Amino acid sequence: MAYNCVVLAKQVPDTKRITGQAMNEDGTVNRAALPAIFNPEDLNALEMALQIKEQYGGKVTVITMGLPAAAEILRQSLYRGADDVILITDKRCAASDTLATSYILSCAVRKLNPDIVLCGRQAIDGDTAQVGPQVAEKLGVPQITYTEQILSLNGKTITARRSIGNGWQEVRTKLPVLLTVVDTANEPRIPAAKRLMKYKSARCRIEIEAMAKQDPSIDVDAVCRQLEQKGLLIRQWDLDILGADLKWCGRDGSPTKVHRIQSVVLTAKETKSVEPTQEAIEAMIHELIVDHTIG
Amino acid sequence: MIEVNKQGEVWVFAEQHAGTLEDTSIELLSKGRQLADQLKVPLAAVLLGDRVEPLCVRLGQYGADKVYLAEHPLLNHYQTSSYAKVLDELIHKHKPQIMLYGATPVGRDLAPRVASALKAGLTADCTDLQIGRHEIPSTGKVYENLLLQIRPAFGGNIIATIINYDRWPQMATVREGVMPMPEPDGRRKAQIVRENISLLPDDLMLEILAEHRQPKKVNLKASRIIVAGGAGVGSKENFKLIWDLAHCLGGAPAATRAAVDLGFIDRDHQVGQTGTTVRPVLYIAVGISGAIQHQAGMSGSQKIIAINNDPEAPIFQIAHYKILGDLNQVVPMMIKAIREKV
Ligand SMILES: Cc1cc2nc3c(=O)[nH]c(=O)nc-3n(C[C@H](O)[C@H](O)[C@H](O)COP(=O)(O)OP(=O)(O)OC[C@H]3O[C@@H](n4cnc5c(N)ncnc54)[C@H](O)[C@@H]3O)c2cc1C
Repeated sequence: MAYNCVVLAKQVPDTKRITGQAMNEDGTVNRAALPAIFNPEDLNALEMALQIKEQYGGKVTVITMGLPAAAEILRQSLYRGADDVILITDKRCAASDTLATSYILSCAVRKLNPDIVLCGRQAIDGDTAQVGPQVAEKLGVPQITYTEQILSLNGKTITARRSIGNGWQEVRTKLPVLLTVVDTANEPRIPAAKRLMKYKSARCRIEIEAMAKQDPSIDVDAVCRQLEQKGLLIRQWDLDILGADLKWCGRDGSPTKVHRIQSVVLTAKETKSVEPTQEAIEAMIHELIVDHTIG
Repeated sequence: MIEVNKQGEVWVFAEQHAGTLEDTSIELLSKGRQLADQLKVPLAAVLLGDRVEPLCVRLGQYGADKVYLAEHPLLNHYQTSSYAKVLDELIHKHKPQIMLYGATPVGRDLAPRVASALKAGLTADCTDLQIGRHEIPSTGKVYENLLLQIRPAFGGNIIATIINYDRWPQMATVREGVMPMPEPDGRRKAQIVRENISLLPDDLMLEILAEHRQPKKVNLKASRIIVAGGAGVGSKENFKLIWDLAHCLGGAPAATRAAVDLGFIDRDHQVGQTGTTVRPVLYIAVGISGAIQHQAGMSGSQKIIAINNDPEAPIFQIAHYKILGDLNQVVPMMIKAIREKV
């Protein structure tokens, strides 16, 4: 039996490559100075979905919510083998916390009526791991968090192995289901050269509109029509298309607010330099014994 | 949605497995006690399970004024759907103002599900909690006595303080090991509030077919002294230096993620943002550069000794004793000095 899989993915700043320039004076992050990447564990989720499709047949749709630039990870999804991709972009999504984000995403997922929803365990910018379970709750479906492996799928049920920190569990549940996938689940494939050539010109409407602002000779409607004929127009949804209740979106739908942001500067109260000689080290050990740190 | 209720209690989710309480629940009680005292409201533990009543004694000794006890055969094993359903009911019924969970695999599976059902806020993986005020600059409106939920974000490069003021409860998961373990007080006793709950087999969405839990090989959180090695140690063989130094100090060996990834030592020993958070009396960092993600797990140590041959290594900025030199010479000198003195 074939499965309709939906993958939720996020474009994130590459927090691993944070440098001095990426931090503003006031301690906030200058997102513009950081490269934007496909959230790593979302790639593991996509890989799991593609493997389901290869083994059982079906379809993989990738949804992302974000700024127009997030269309880039949708193109990358197409290069890797996704059948369909959707960008949710709407100014009214801004300032959404995990609760509001999960509401908006759940509206989109519901429209696609999937058997399996997959997302990465967590995004590297927020590290909350909350959106997956919150989408599952809103859809009223079971969740399997920290999924490491799908053991079997038989039309109605899924059996999977999940990590529980200091061990693992094998669990079975009915479809539809939401899985959050960890980085040890698989090795995400690299983009396929043929698909890259085919989809590199895929665009969504808002990207064409931005191009038209630079170059007024571009006829947005005409370009979109051409792309659509070639199967290269990326679907773009806003909150109206989703039928979302604005009360649960953006700032209004977000109970958590930021009170303060500080950059991390850690310094010791007093530092002693100790020469790498036997006498100096003996003196240090003596000091630590006297103040009852050791012994 | 639960309206703001300033008289609401402070609650801690008491996580247990097979009748044993998780350490984080006890850590949370000590923090919860402080918060409840500041707010002048009771501190309660919420205990779900099957025949778990004996745990109420300990919850009382560690600071809970009350224990809300929900016992049912279907709560025997943790499951998202059944546990979330019961918590959702109890929170609606008693309207606590604060609800804390350990940022354990269970807490991080359960809390978002509950928050979504309650349409409440939730802050993940907090490293500190305080009570404070918040002013909205544009309107000048002031909210007193809010829960300040403090957590690293952006790969540990910033510390964000999160609040919620217009919906209750204020909920957070709290990182394991960041709150000190309290001493039990044998005279303290919690009032037990038994909750009648009804659950049906259909409330269980999952079947647990098999489970394997390894006891942790090392308990870094309980160690007074930790000797941690980094990539600079160079090889698994050379990591023997770390084990030897730890051994003669009666401490535990630990490592950076880089050292774990290189196969020098088991992942159980990893300290840091994605490893264990530790607060020992003494932390000896050997051949460790001191990346922010590593510091996130050890900067709460009372004393830090850093051994590194690079004067620019960031670890030196937080070390109390800095030894600029080659670890292959310095560590044997330390072992010799300790053997002679102790
Ligand atoms: C999302 C994320 C999460 C992470 N989580 C963690 C985590 O939980 N814990 C963690 O530790 N890291 C974590 N990291 C990795 C972290 O960023 C660093 O890569 C890691 O801590 C570096 O380990 P290290 O100090 O052992 O290695 P290095 O940075 O390679 O440093 C080795 C040090 O050894 C010194 N050295 C070399 N030879 C000698 C010698 N002979 N004598 C003395 N000194 C010597 C060098 O000068 C250098 O300073 C995480 C990273 C990311 C992106």
